[in-house]
Parts: sequence; C-alpha cells; structure tokens
Amino acid sequence: MEVPILKQGAVLIATFQAALSDADLNHLRMGLVQQVVKFRSRAVIVDVTAMDVMDSFASRTLREIAHMIRLRGAETVIVGIQPEVAFAMVQLGLTLEGVATALDLEEGLAYLTQKFKNTD
Amino acid sequence: MSKREGGSKDSGSRSHPGVELVRSEAPSELLRELVAHLRQNRTQLREEWVVRITETRLLTAMTKEEIFAEATSVYDSYVEALETEAFEALQAYARNLSERIIPRGVETHEVVGIVLLLRDVLARSLFAKYQTDFKKLNRILDAYEPAANRIANTVAVGFVQERERVIRQQQEAIRELSTPVLQVRERLLILPIIGVIDPQRARQLTEQLLRGIRTNRAKVVVIDITGVAAMDLTVANNLVQTVEASRLLGATVIVTGLSPEIAQTLVTIGVDLGKMNTVGDLQGGIEQAERLLGYKVEKLAEPR
Repeated sequence: MEVPILKQGAVLIATFQAALSDADLNHLRMGLVQQVVKFRSRAVIVDVTAMDVMDSFASRTLREIAHMIRLRGAETVIVGIQPEVAFAMVQLGLTLEGVATALDLEEGLAYLTQKFKNTD
Repeated sequence: MSKREGGSKDSGSRSHPGVELVRSEAPSELLRELVAHLRQNRTQLREEWVVRITETRLLTAMTKEEIFAEATSVYDSYVEALETEAFEALQAYARNLSERIIPRGVETHEVVGIVLLLRDVLARSLFAKYQTDFKKLNRILDAYEPAANRIANTVAVGFVQERERVIRQQQEAIRELSTPVLQVRERLLILPIIGVIDPQRARQLTEQLLRGIRTNRAKVVVIDITGVAAMDLTVANNLVQTVEASRLLGATVIVTGLSPEIAQTLVTIGVDLGKMNTVGDLQGGIEQAERLLGYKVEKLAEPR
C-alpha cells in the first residue's frame, strides 16, 4: 500500500492509511528516510489519524523512523493519534517515548514553526 | 364436537355415525379455539381483570383511565402472543410498557402481579366454559398453560431488563457528572477529581479527558486531586497512563494537590516521577499552565 508523502517547504508530511501491514511499515521506514535525504527536509510529520489500532510493531517502527530521521538532523512529529488508540497504547506500555507528538496536522506544523524559530 | 377441516392427526379411533367419539384435536386447533373464546369474551374478561387489579391494590400509581388503557393493550398483546406464539413482539411491547410505567413508580411485583391475575382470570373462564367436558378442559389447559407461563415470564423479564437498563444509564450519568472536564482558558483544561476513584471511574476519567483534549484542542491539562484521599497501585498506574496518553495527543499534564499520603503511595510504588509534572496546589498548577501557554498575568489595580 502506497503511503502518500507530501512536501510542504522543509517539511515532509506522510499520511498513514488505516490498515498498514508489517511489510508496508518496513517499506515506509526506508522510504521516508530516503525522501528526507533527497529533499534535505528539516522535519517529517507522520499523520496517523486514520489508524484505529496501533500495535507494538507499528509503535516500534515509528520510533525507529524518528531515530533514523534524527540522524539526518531532522525532527519527527507524530500527529492525529485518536483518544481510543492512545488509551490502548499506554495500557500496552507503548508510549512513543522520545518522539514528539501533537494533536493534529495544524498543531504539528505550529510546533515545528516554533521550534525552527527558536533554533534559527 | 368441533368440525375439523383437513389433515389433523387422528388418534386412531374409528368413527361410527351417531356416536360421539373423543378425538384428539391438534394443539394448534385447540389454541385457535382458545383464542377465539378469549376474543369473543374480551370486554367481559378485561373488565373482570381490571376489577381484580383494583381489588388487589396494584398499579396504585396509575389512574383508572390509564389502567383501563394499558389493560386493553396488554390483553390484546396477550391474546395475540397466544395465537401467533411470536414472543418477540410481546417482548418489545413489554419493554415499551416498562419504559412508560417505570418513571411512574410502578414496581416489579405489580407488573408480575397483574400478568398473573390475567392468567388466572382467563383460566377461570376456561374452567367455566369447559366444565362439562373435563377431558377437553385438560387438553385446552395443556395448550394454554405453557403459553401463558411463557407470556408471564416474557413480560416479567422484559420489565426487569428495562429497569436494569435505566439503572445503568443513571449510573453512567452520575459518573459523568462527577468528573467534569472544564476549559478555563483557550487550550487549558482542568479536571478536578473529588472522592473515591475506583479502577472503573479512573478509566472513565481517562476516556473523558482524552475526548476533551481532542474536542477543546487542549495543550495543557491540570488534574487536581486535592479532593482524593487515597490512591491504590492500580489507580496510581491509571494516573500515569492518563498522563502518557495525553502526551500522545499533544497535551502536557500537570498534577496538583497530591496529599502527603498519596505522595507517599506514589514514591513507594516507584512511579517514575520524571514522567509526571506535579505542582503543590491548584493555584500553582494554573499559574504554571499559563506560563506554558505563553500567558503573563499582570495585576493592574486593587480589587474594588
């Protein structure tokens, strides 16, 4: 399943679809980092609004993506986690520690704008 | 002797002209006869039933007109259930009836009571009708009794289920009322918790808060537990999970009002306090929240 990746200036926006297989996630991990390199992006927003479940593999993959992207000097923000999904995740101990999160795309962009302003 | 038309099972007795023989009619035929009798005598039997209801002092919460109206519907539903053996319709009717009369204060024993009274009234009328033919009476009762019992059961269970539904609904309402999620500034929510938190309430709290964060687009939440006397391991973990889940939605949580006992509990349990942002009291918590949100509060004049 192709995950659409849009470019908005120095930020890449990847919108996850509802049912991503483990293979899709693996594919994505490589794909996103390659895009960051290609476009010299400063940040990636991963929008998971459409995901109604988040298992441990997906959670780990997101953390790995964030780590890999950080090695390229870019920031990752996960947005759009649904209340029910958030609840289920913390009960399983999947806290996405070390990865920035925001309510939605708008908040994610606001966060990054603020961050760039502070560091520029 | 009732005239049979087509395919009923013959008990095997030979028919002789001019001699009355005992034939076993099919149960469905007996039921038809029974239903016909109940329909024909509807007015009289219903009246008798209403008299019995009043004598036994049931349904005192309702007026005579209301009792009469309900008695009519119940009687007709009862006879229809006997006829069609379609109990789902009766169940639906029972729940509908319960929905209407429960708020009026009608009790379970009253509902069961009136259905059993109807059963008695109808049974007596059968005794009266078939008093000369004991064997027939028995067969009629064989058809009537299981159906009548099932009806009484269906109505009683329907009533109790409706009551339980109302109770659950009220409990839910009480729980929601007791944990309001309040917006005091743009992007700032306060969740004042008072009383005893059991695991179920803790869970409900978390769900309500997460929904509130999304609806109000909150960036900071102050959870005040001044009004909570004690907390056990499960609830303490729930609190930590609430903080973590809120972060996943992009909101920071500040916990305020921890009593010395709860502070002790949290330390003993080994809660990672690095994960929790705590401030002494609610005032301090709101002040910090405002700072986080970029507010500066300045006093311009003395109170008037």
